[in-house]
Amino acid sequence: MKRFGLTVIALSMLAGLAQAETVTVYSARNEQLIKPLFDAYTKETGVEVKVLTDKEGPLMARLQAEGTNTPADMLITVDAGNLWQASNLGLLKTVKSETLNKNVPAHLRDDKGQWYGLSVRARTMFFNPDLVKAEDLSTYEDLADPKWKGKLCLRTSKKVYNQSLVAMMIAQYGEAKTEKIVRGWVANLATDVFPDDTKLLQAIAAGQCGVGIANTYYFGRIVDKDPKFNARIFWANQKTDGVHVNVSGAGVTRYAKNEAGAVKLMEWLSSDKAQNIYADKDLEFPVNPAVKADKLVSSWGPFKSNVINMSKAGELQSQAVKLMDRAGYK
Amino acid sequence: MRFLSPRGAILLTPIALLTIIPLFVVIASFLHPEPEIWQHLFEFVLPNVLKNTGILLLGVSFGVLLLGVPLAWLTAVCQFPGRRFFAWALMLPLAMPAYVLAFVMVGFLDFTGPVQTLLREWTGSSAWFPRIRSTGGVILVMSLAFYPYVYLLARNAFLTQGKRALEAAQMLGMSRPRAFWKVALPMARPWLIGGMTLALMETLADFGTVSIFNFDTFTTAIYKSWFSLFNLTAASQLASLLVVLVVMILGVERWARGARRYHGRIVAAERIVLTQSQGLWAAAACSLVLAIAFIIPMVQLIVWTTQVWRVDFDARYPGFILRSVGISLLAGLIVTGFALLLVYIQRRYPARITSILVRLATVGYAVPGTVLAVGVFIPIAWLDNQLLPIAHVLGFETFQILKGSVAVMLLALAARFMAVGFQPIDGAMQRISFNQEDAARTLGVSDRGLLWRLHIPLLRGGVFTAVLMVFVDVMKEMPITLMTRPFGWDTLAVRVFEMTSEGMWESAALPSLLIVLAGLLPVILLVRKSEGQ
Repeated sequence: MKRFGLTVIALSMLAGLAQAETVTVYSARNEQLIKPLFDAYTKETGVEVKVLTDKEGPLMARLQAEGTNTPADMLITVDAGNLWQASNLGLLKTVKSETLNKNVPAHLRDDKGQWYGLSVRARTMFFNPDLVKAEDLSTYEDLADPKWKGKLCLRTSKKVYNQSLVAMMIAQYGEAKTEKIVRGWVANLATDVFPDDTKLLQAIAAGQCGVGIANTYYFGRIVDKDPKFNARIFWANQKTDGVHVNVSGAGVTRYAKNEAGAVKLMEWLSSDKAQNIYADKDLEFPVNPAVKADKLVSSWGPFKSNVINMSKAGELQSQAVKLMDRAGYK
Repeated sequence: MRFLSPRGAILLTPIALLTIIPLFVVIASFLHPEPEIWQHLFEFVLPNVLKNTGILLLGVSFGVLLLGVPLAWLTAVCQFPGRRFFAWALMLPLAMPAYVLAFVMVGFLDFTGPVQTLLREWTGSSAWFPRIRSTGGVILVMSLAFYPYVYLLARNAFLTQGKRALEAAQMLGMSRPRAFWKVALPMARPWLIGGMTLALMETLADFGTVSIFNFDTFTTAIYKSWFSLFNLTAASQLASLLVVLVVMILGVERWARGARRYHGRIVAAERIVLTQSQGLWAAAACSLVLAIAFIIPMVQLIVWTTQVWRVDFDARYPGFILRSVGISLLAGLIVTGFALLLVYIQRRYPARITSILVRLATVGYAVPGTVLAVGVFIPIAWLDNQLLPIAHVLGFETFQILKGSVAVMLLALAARFMAVGFQPIDGAMQRISFNQEDAARTLGVSDRGLLWRLHIPLLRGGVFTAVLMVFVDVMKEMPITLMTRPFGWDTLAVRVFEMTSEGMWESAALPSLLIVLAGLLPVILLVRKSEGQ
């Protein structure tokens, strides 16, 4: 009899365990950056977060293949181009949320509410102070001017960050003018394009190039370890339309089994509690205007950012890629 | 050669299907023409890609032979100071992922690296220094990364050749170098070609290394179509072309091997003792290759690891290591088992259809991992979607049955690495003469008994090499592991992906280092075994 009682207790405990709510996340952001957040969320709410990481392309292929039977409730990835693509493939669901609309500025989320930015990175200029004077720098377009011949460094056009930058330029200036600018960039290159931003920034500091374009957090990671690093940040296009920004963000999957849980988690991620953990860990800017950035990130000063809606980055991405191919930007 | 051998085909089909189904999923993409993208690819992407891929294949074939064959000859047949050490040490680069070597080499030799920085400090300019990020640089790195395939197989060949053939040649008045060119090398041909084929397939499928060099190949064009132009269909179509290319390479391989039959017995032979100066040169050459391909990247990995391990190393690591080793070992055994069957059936039921099926079963190695991963995942997800309603009726609350199971992951890995297990065993099988089989038969061994009593004992060296090479390759493999692993089933390679996915290269040092270390163990075992022969 006693044993029977114990069994009942054990079974009811198991049932209790089985009922702990879970949200399942497919993430193209690496685990180190998001795990601390989810741990904090679990501690606060008791909701368990299961994560599966992979590159964004395979994750989308996976969601497509799984169809209605996907275990995923939420997709997290970097770059609006990727988020737009997931939405375009019909993998995401429209979410209506007052909280998200309040916490995320309009140009950093999908106007249909299928995805929301959660952190902001600016893609701006960096220069070597021994070779280039800040007052000579102005805009991205200006880097196509022959006066920068042999001084410019760029990362490969294969990276989505550059594709989004060029896509946003197409949105603003049209295809013909953008192609002229990109051809000008290629003509000004000091050396072959770099495989990543870190290498590019190091080349600027070493004097291989005078100026280049990179994401702020790569610079942050370097100066965090080496405050004497010989490169400076320059906020591009401040007198015109503002610096090119992009996001990392998330959306609820179309066939989410726990839609409400995923929305709650997303709202929490956009709240002041989570924004600092989320953005500071990777030295990015919080998406929520009410939240202050990390000390190092704030030290770069305020800047005006371009407010064209991020969806353009996705819509015009393949056009941008073809344009860069034509211009010989590898 | 007959075309059809029903029994052979029936036995082979299930194994070949492992690769054929994912490839079929990829090739089915041709049902949806994408004229607009293709026009763009033809005009602006493919000319460069085809040229680059061609140059790379030629350069790497030359490079791996140039490194692999002489080193194998020196350590297998000659006697010089340090030979025993180099014999196993020269296999170590097998455990070093190519993209790690590439990253370290570029970091070392580029404008911002220590070498050119020192040059600038001493002489004021490093402008004359050769550019590492160039076609030559890619070929160099890949040759250093992939020569162990040729080295391992060639060494096997030279060891089992015995000195008799050489002695006979010399008795007939040939000089030693001539005997090497005329006798030893032709006798080792199936191995050399086998090793080279593996290196070329690996080259075709590579993405990590060429990205670091920003060198456009077929693989980068596939990824561009998929991730940048958002067109998985065009990407699959490009991948299908790549498969065609590989099938052609494998055809050339068959032809290059020739129709000759090889056989030989392992004879413990006297080694060729090198003179003192020759011996020093030999040791210097071995040391140089070892230093560049293994020691320098290893030191760099250790330096980075000491910077990050305090933060990164946590209680989960033993789990990563166990899972990596476990899955690699299992995959090694499964692939080797399949490969043995392939080789045996090819021997027992020679027919055109069997050899076509065998080719197909080994083609997965040259398909870029991510593409094959999708090809594997789509049919599995489809099957799951068929089975789930039944499971739900039975009251199981689940959304995955097959997908996310370790068994499926193993089969997917087997589809990818079949070639790696097949080559060494196939090479060893060609060494078993039909006379030996006939002799065994006259002694009353049944057909089935042949496999157990004659083939397997004689194939031991090949089998061991196969298990080792698959083990090391699976340790390093990323895309299939990422796509097919169960939730939370992270391995060392997954950790490497996590760290490198956002450009944190230095943080990837710890899992990379552990991958290399875990790969060392079987290498050392293998060598002790081959030395013991």
